Amino acid sequence: MLNAAGIAKRFGAVTVLEDVGLHLRAGEVHALMGQNGAGKSTLIKVLTGVIAPDAGTLTLDGRPIAPHGPLDSQRLGISTVYQEVNLCPNLTVAENIFAGRFPRRGWAGLKAIDGPRMVADAHALLARLHLDIDPTRVLGTLPVAVQQLVAIARALSVDAKVLILDEPTSSLDDSEVDSLFAVLRGLRAGGLAILFVTHFLDQVYAISDRITVLRNGRFVGEWTTGDLPAPALVAAMVGRDVALASAAPADAAAAQAMAAANAPPRLSLRGFGAERRLHPLDLDLHAGEIVGVAGLLGSGRTELARLMFGLDSADSGTLQVQGRTVRFTHPAQAIQLGLAFCPEERKADGIVGELSVRENIVLALQARAGLWPCIRPARQRELAQRYIALLGIRAADSDMPIALLSGGNQQKALLARWLATAPDVLILDEPTRGIDVAAKQELMNEVMRLAREGMAVLFISSEIDEVLRISDRIVVMRDRRKSGELARGASEAEVMALICEPAAA
Amino acid sequence: MSAMHDMSTPAPLPTTIIDPWWQRASRHPLVWPLVTLALILAVNASLNHGLWHLEWRNGHLYGSLVDIVNRAAPLAIVALGLTLVIATRGIDISVGAVVAISGAVAALMIGGDLKIVDGQAVHISHWPLGVALLAALVAAAACGAWNGLLVARAGLQPIIATLIMMLAGRGAAQLLTGGQIITIYYPPYFVIGNGFFLGVPVAALIALAVWLLMTLLLERSALGLFIQAIGINPRAARVAGVRSRTITICVYAFCGLCAGIAGLIVSSNVKSADGNNAGVLMELDAILAVTVGGTLLTGGRFTLAGTVIGALIIQTLTSTIYAIGVPPEINLVVKAVVVFVVMLLQSAEFRRQVRALAIRPAAGGPR
Repeated sequence: MLNAAGIAKRFGAVTVLEDVGLHLRAGEVHALMGQNGAGKSTLIKVLTGVIAPDAGTLTLDGRPIAPHGPLDSQRLGISTVYQEVNLCPNLTVAENIFAGRFPRRGWAGLKAIDGPRMVADAHALLARLHLDIDPTRVLGTLPVAVQQLVAIARALSVDAKVLILDEPTSSLDDSEVDSLFAVLRGLRAGGLAILFVTHFLDQVYAISDRITVLRNGRFVGEWTTGDLPAPALVAAMVGRDVALASAAPADAAAAQAMAAANAPPRLSLRGFGAERRLHPLDLDLHAGEIVGVAGLLGSGRTELARLMFGLDSADSGTLQVQGRTVRFTHPAQAIQLGLAFCPEERKADGIVGELSVRENIVLALQARAGLWPCIRPARQRELAQRYIALLGIRAADSDMPIALLSGGNQQKALLARWLATAPDVLILDEPTRGIDVAAKQELMNEVMRLAREGMAVLFISSEIDEVLRISDRIVVMRDRRKSGELARGASEAEVMALICEPAAA
Repeated sequence: MSAMHDMSTPAPLPTTIIDPWWQRASRHPLVWPLVTLALILAVNASLNHGLWHLEWRNGHLYGSLVDIVNRAAPLAIVALGLTLVIATRGIDISVGAVVAISGAVAALMIGGDLKIVDGQAVHISHWPLGVALLAALVAAAACGAWNGLLVARAGLQPIIATLIMMLAGRGAAQLLTGGQIITIYYPPYFVIGNGFFLGVPVAALIALAVWLLMTLLLERSALGLFIQAIGINPRAARVAGVRSRTITICVYAFCGLCAGIAGLIVSSNVKSADGNNAGVLMELDAILAVTVGGTLLTGGRFTLAGTVIGALIIQTLTSTIYAIGVPPEINLVVKAVVVFVVMLLQSAEFRRQVRALAIRPAAGGPR
């Protein structure tokens, strides 16, 4: 159906794609796999005409094509849903779905947008996704997961031959993923060619028929899913063997965590909450301890982190840092006391896109130091180089704009920003979202190392197995309240039970 | 599994290709403003043969170029302050009104009486000169700080907040001067706008000092980093612990202060304060100077050197229009056309399109 051959692309000094091929067939779900910076996003941008390749050819149904932009490729029948939601939050759901090709009514010269028809069509489309929302609602008022589904609805609203999904599931919970997959299976049966990019291995095996792997901008291979078991897939992605789900807690670390539990907590919450955001809860964080926070989207995980960090203000209870009761009205105060917070929304709350990797890494450290003294450029470069090496950030040099890095590398640079402040308490909100398996493991190893060195870590994640693997204790959230707390060694079933059912009074 | 043969060999790192120096130079942010300035100067020189003529007369430097630099000084100072505001993703359209306020305060406090003391005619100011200058600058900075409060605390859009000050400030200046032109009779004050120090116009030296001080401040402190972070992604800056509100208020106050300094130069230059006309449309020239200099109105990256060049471009353009005898009534039209062309030249998108047009027929590209 859609063929790409010999694709190459270079950005400035960095070669991102070299001699890459991809062959999508009608009625198949094709998974595109690779680590951060392997070139997946760039390849998709080439397929959709967002960027022109330096070399290589694209053919659709045997005819060569050279799309000049997203609209052009859409006309050719290639529809795309991007990794980060790319819609207008201030428009309604229906307007977002039909933006650029509104249904019209009236005479030739006087065509008004046919509002009622648009709403009805939108409703029908959303129904295909088993999504029951009012199309006249303003998109920005909906949760991110729903926005993602609206983006998919938008892609489906054109008669597409090829549907490209760039990490469509990274903000969806399991039931939403299941309903998305049900839709994808229906579309596949209808003869659509689907390209599916994800970091979740289980999802690849759940839905895909064929897998193409890229590494460092090069084509590694194409397999049918049945021929490529998970360890081989990971090996193909990283170019070496990684032990999956390793990193069992060392006994020494467990003992240390036990000892730490007896010391006074680094951070302590009592009846801490805020109207309409978070029901009052208690929580202690000790030095050298990783406390996992599990729960579904909207369960209050992010709200908890934002309140603790002073991004929103709490209106009940107390927050104690090192035994001192404090009240934060600005993150700067929290940072001053040794807190650090890696937010969930990397693009909106994290990176400062046009600034360099180096400036992004030193930003929090400099903000804590104030205007003066300024960290000298040589020292900045040294700091940046250290974290680029330590965290394996793939950047041509520390002076390139952070926006040019891939998502996972941006995430690592943000972690570096906070590590540079040498925090006592590190709050991570979905640090592994949208990054690949190997990088996830590296990041989690890094977090465990930091905890061993005495940092208190609050690890928020919607991936329960991650939380189980890394945490010394697990706090489970449901409906904006703490529904329970589990010790290390708890099973996934126990966590699920707390997520799904009300806590015993 | 045959495709996995290369599993053991590490993939090569991306190759680094360094562009030739002229390509790198053409991407330097100051290149286009400098080219523009050179072009306008060349046009001026071809019509006005005295342009490059400099002479030393009465211990002062004289010549058309000196005149341009001297006249560009107040605009450059205003535009420098505005550059920081624009870098925070804001705008300040009240600078013209603040120029008028500063001049009016100074004129009122100095006034100037002619008295005969010991048989000599002496000019005496109402207040000591230093107090008057300080009061004018404080008033100007206060106007700026008010703008900053409205933007950072009340959350008004910068153009609305400063539009209020543009009207209120102009009104205040007119109230202060009673709608009249207040003439100043106190020669020491005239040094600011007309004097020479070491043969160089004082106004130009003041502009140079403001520029150097700002550069030093931004180099030696983290202010530049914070301002850019606020301008590019205010939410991320807040999460990283940057005190965005305080910095925003200070930046607007500083912009007001710069307008105040410019107001002193302007009123000193014409030896009077005119609440109705001083600084009128100056905000637009200043915005032009900032953008022609290469700072984007969308905030973030900024360049002070570019702004100074921008101010020189605008002033050279104005002087050229006068020098070549363009009738006054089509003055603004000519200026608009030139600015339009300059902005097109600076647009990377436009240059790309032109290049594509030039290359396409030869390469026989698609369509």
